[in-house]
This record gives sequence, C-alpha cells and structure tokens, in this order.
Amino acid sequence: MGSKKTLFDKVWDSHVVHQIENGPDVLFIDRHMVHEVTSPVAFLGLKNRGIRLMYPEKTFATADHNTPTINQHLPVEDPLSANQLRMLEKNANEYGISYWGLGHEKNGIVHVVGPEYGITQPGATIVCGDSHTSTHGAFGAIAFGIGTSEVEMVMATQCIMQPKPKSMRINITGELQYGVSPKDVALFIISQLTTSGATGYFVEYAGDVFKNMTMEGRMTVCNLSIEMGARGGMITPDEATFHYIKGREFTPKGEAWNTAMDYWQTLYTDEGAEFHKELTFDGSQIEPMITYGTNPGMGMGISKNIPNADAVQGGTATYKKSLQYMRFDEGDSMLGKPIDFVFLGSCTNGRIEDFRAFASIIKGKKKADNVTAWLVPGSHKVVTAIKEEGILDILTEAGFELREPGCSACLAMNDDKVPAGKLAVSTSNRNFEGRQGPGSRTLLASPLVAAAAAVTGKVTDPRELMKLETA
Amino acid sequence: MAYDKFDILKTTAVPLPIENVDTDQIIPARFLKATERKGFGDNLFRDWRYNQDNTPKKDFVLNNPKYSGKILVGGKNFGSGSSREHAAWSVYDYGFRCVISSFFADIFRGNCLNIGVLPVQVSAGFLQKIFTAIEADPKTEFEVSLPEQKVTILATGESENFDINDYKKGNMTNGFDDIDYLLNIKKDIGEFAKSTPL
Repeated sequence: MGSKKTLFDKVWDSHVVHQIENGPDVLFIDRHMVHEVTSPVAFLGLKNRGIRLMYPEKTFATADHNTPTINQHLPVEDPLSANQLRMLEKNANEYGISYWGLGHEKNGIVHVVGPEYGITQPGATIVCGDSHTSTHGAFGAIAFGIGTSEVEMVMATQCIMQPKPKSMRINITGELQYGVSPKDVALFIISQLTTSGATGYFVEYAGDVFKNMTMEGRMTVCNLSIEMGARGGMITPDEATFHYIKGREFTPKGEAWNTAMDYWQTLYTDEGAEFHKELTFDGSQIEPMITYGTNPGMGMGISKNIPNADAVQGGTATYKKSLQYMRFDEGDSMLGKPIDFVFLGSCTNGRIEDFRAFASIIKGKKKADNVTAWLVPGSHKVVTAIKEEGILDILTEAGFELREPGCSACLAMNDDKVPAGKLAVSTSNRNFEGRQGPGSRTLLASPLVAAAAAVTGKVTDPRELMKLETA
Repeated sequence: MAYDKFDILKTTAVPLPIENVDTDQIIPARFLKATERKGFGDNLFRDWRYNQDNTPKKDFVLNNPKYSGKILVGGKNFGSGSSREHAAWSVYDYGFRCVISSFFADIFRGNCLNIGVLPVQVSAGFLQKIFTAIEADPKTEFEVSLPEQKVTILATGESENFDINDYKKGNMTNGFDDIDYLLNIKKDIGEFAKSTPL
C-alpha cells in the first residue's frame, strides 16, 4: 500500500514487536482492562505456569458484568457471582493490579471508566476480554476484544498474536436529522452491512457526521463495530478528543502532555492511503432506528415495516426462525407495539449524554404504567453528573428510579433479567435470543427511542414527542 | 493451556444448519460464573437444548440420538457476538474437536484455535454437501486432515481444502500455545517496551 498509511496502519505498525512469516504479528499492548468474568481462568493459567504479570502497571481491573445494580453496599446475594467478584479482588491484590471493585468510587463498566479516567488514549493498543472493547477506538486507539487465553497471554507477555486485519473506511457524509443520534448511525450501518459484513476488517469511521459527533457519541458508534463483525473501529483524534482527555487522572501532564500531543497529532489517515474496502452513506437519510429480529443487523428506520424474508440477505429459514422468536410477522410496523421493559444503560449508551437525551424526552411526562424501567448509569462519575445536572430530579418527577452502575440487563448476568416473552426496548448492544434473560425479546434503539417508549408504553417515534415539545 | 495434538480426525458429525449462531446461544451469560474451566459442555446450547424446567427439547439436534460425532457443522457466520472463550470451551468440553462452517466470526475462530478446536471454513456449496450427506445418512463419516488441510466426505469421496496459517497449524499439530512462543521472546518484548511512548 506504499508509504501512505491509514490511521490504523500507523498505530498497528508501530506496535509490532515481531512478524511471523505466514503467521500472526506479535503486537505490543499498551493497556489491558480486566473484569471478573473472563479473567479467573487466565489468572489460574499464570499460577499453573508459575509466572506473574510482565507489566502489572499496564493492567486495570474493574467489576461490572456480575454486579447487582441495587444495594451495592450489601453482600452480593448470588453465591456464584459473589465468588467471581471475590476472585477478582484476590487476584488483583496478589498480582499487584489496580482494582476498582464494587463500592469503589471509580467502579463502573470497564468501557465507561477507561475513558473517564484517561486510561484510554489516542494511538494506544487496548485489549480486554470483552468484545465491546472496540469502544476505545473513539479516541484513535486500536482497541479490540480478546478471549481468556489471550487475557493470560497479555498478562504474561504484554503481547498478543494477531494477523493484521484488513482495513475498511466507512464515510457518513452530510448532517443528521433532528432526533437521530449516534446509536441510530451505528444501527443503520450494521443494518446495511449485516452482522458479518465487516468480519476480518478494522474500520475507520470518517466524514462530517463523525467529525461533528461528541466523544460520547463516537464511543457509542465504535462500541458497536463488533456487531457488524469488525474487530474494532476507530476515529481520527481531533480537538474534541484532546479536550476530552486533558486533565484526566491517567493522561500525561505538563511536558509529557506536549510530547504526547506531538505524537497524537500525527494520527490520521494520509491523503491517498488505500483501504481494502470503502463505503459511503448519506447521513441525512438516516432516521431513528429500531431492531425487529435477533441480531443487531436486523434493524430498520422506525417508520418502516419489517422486510419480507425474500428481500433480505442470508437464509430464509434463519430469518423466519428469528421473527418467530420475536413473535413478529413480515410486513409488521413496529410503531405502536406495546412494550413491557425499558433499559437505559450499558457500555453502548450508559454515559451522561445518554441520560441527558433520555431526560429531554421524559421531562414533564410520566412513565407509562405498563413499563418497568431500568435506568443504569455506566459509572459513579455518570451518577454524579446525573445528580449535578438536575437530571435525577427530572427522572424522579416522571416516576423513574436510578439504579447503581454495572452492565446489568445488557447481558443479564445479575438479577436484572427481562422475563420470558416480555418485550424490552433496550439501549444496549445485542438483541440475541435470551440475551436479556431466557426467552426475553429485545428491541435495540437509541436513548431517545427508549425514552419515547418509556412514557408512551409502546414503540414510538421520538420525533413525535420532540415536535410537541417545540410546538 | 496446552491441549491434545490435532492430526487427522475421522468421525461422524452433528448438523446445525442455522446462520449467525451467536456465542450467547452457544453458552448463555448466566453460565459464565465459574472460576475454573470445568463442566461447560453441560450448558452448551443450553436454551436451545433444554426447556425452562430443564427437560430436554426433543427437536434439538444434540438431543437426537441419531446424531453424534466430534465435528459440529454450523451455518454461515458461526460464533458471532461476545468474545467469551467459554463458548469455545463448551464446544470442546462437550466433545467436539472441530467446527465446520462457511464463515466464522473472528474472535470465536481465534478462541477455538487457542484451545484446540479446529475451525474449518469451507465454501457455501461444500457446506451444503456436508449437510446433505448427514441428512441422507447420519452415520456418514468425514475426515478432517490438518496435515493436508483437507476435509473429505468419505461416503462420496468429495473433498475441499481449507486455510490455516503455518504458525497456527504448527501449534495445533504439536499442542503448543501462543504463550509458550511469546515467553521465548520475552527479552525482545522487554526491549520493545522501552521504546513505547505510552
């Protein structure tokens, strides 16, 4: 591809320790994030080999997947969850890793707290035993999810062995319509590419829509890269990026900041650099999105009808099985379908901007009686902001309660499970069968769509409520 | 973690002709609470395999005594979603040593290779031939040869080659893992670390 390099090439190539012929690259990892679910067997592996972490200061541990979202000050009731949390604490202490456990002021979802404390930085390689590690690409980092064998590998050697992925650039041009948020942009892209359309690729998001997007929004988009099969996605760091990270606990200070900035400002795709694949979409054509099936690629504009099986890519049998699970029919409109649960939260949409968006819709209205709503902030920092900005008062007046931070109903490892057959509008990232509890049915959507559903008790176009507000 | 060496596998196969089988189906999140790698096979495809009262679902392939073997054959885009290695562990622990599909999700494929399950990607046409052969006779055998990088439907003699890089092939053949390799170049890694800006 000549001397012109993509953003991805620049970061990847500068981290290659060693290249194996007809094999993977040995890639150096700058930051390793660890949580309770995918780490215990990795620690066990270290123990069996009789080795320790090569660079414990580059690893950060937090508890999030298994944690309750109420009464966090009390002992965790589920004995298996409690054991897993104890193991992480024990391992972190034994191996000298910083640990932000349950009740710690910095505790929260790993992909929310990493950026909040400046652990996430441009040009870094970041891994975690969690597929949504792609979130950190919003800062111009190469960030991707790994398996437990690889967690052990990074602990032992600070390296990972990966063949270099192919590169893809997705351009979204123009301006987003009113009521269309970053989540909609991501769900739109996935609906166009399918859940496997970017498998084997690392994506760069480019174009005016991303340039004008907040860091929170960029994190939402990069977070969902894995849902189209991409290992990760990244965005060129710019003034918004530098402004976000400056002054955070783990970002460089003083002269070190200037040195870092000199490096970070070289992180962009060179004019004329080539991608293996390049796609362009018109951002003004995107409407608020909603999913209707059992993978994130089965999404559509909220005003559209569920496509007929013969009009979709992939196997008809699988498609029909999916609709059968969801209890929907081809040709159905989603608008007006009564819902039972609303979940605002997760590493996709559990940041302050998401709570602002939710509050903007429900302000002065009441939660619908038929809806159980779980509002779960991504971290204690988000909780603090919710209180300071007066959002908690708006939520309370409308009949909503705020829960404590964690992954919660996104994967329902804790008690936050949607019962079998119930329909949830969820701001999380996966609508797989049973993802939010055995037999649960999930509609993925933005915080605005979730809020509109929470107050009307059914699938509602948030633009209808926003019109009323401005009229 | 070292695992059994992989050479030539001759066995019947279990068909699962569904696309986009995600890792939440392979092993639901509520079964990820163990702190050791034990017993994951019991919960492989838990919610497709068992009713909520834990009775087996008769129409699911793993509950059908007609089908058995060390190869699992899945539809396109097998293993999408979560990075949980527990999915690969549950496939292995149940007794599968090889998964055949026309397309794999990246992380699942990598996890399989790291724990000794061979992911074999074949063309959509050949995958269909495999499904057809099993449908015609559930006792039909397949041969997966890692040295030759070839999968053969023994009843018809039809075969197709598959890709695997030389490094991973060597690991699978010898039962080595990446950590063994990396620990041997730890000195180089230490030197490299000194020059990293972050």
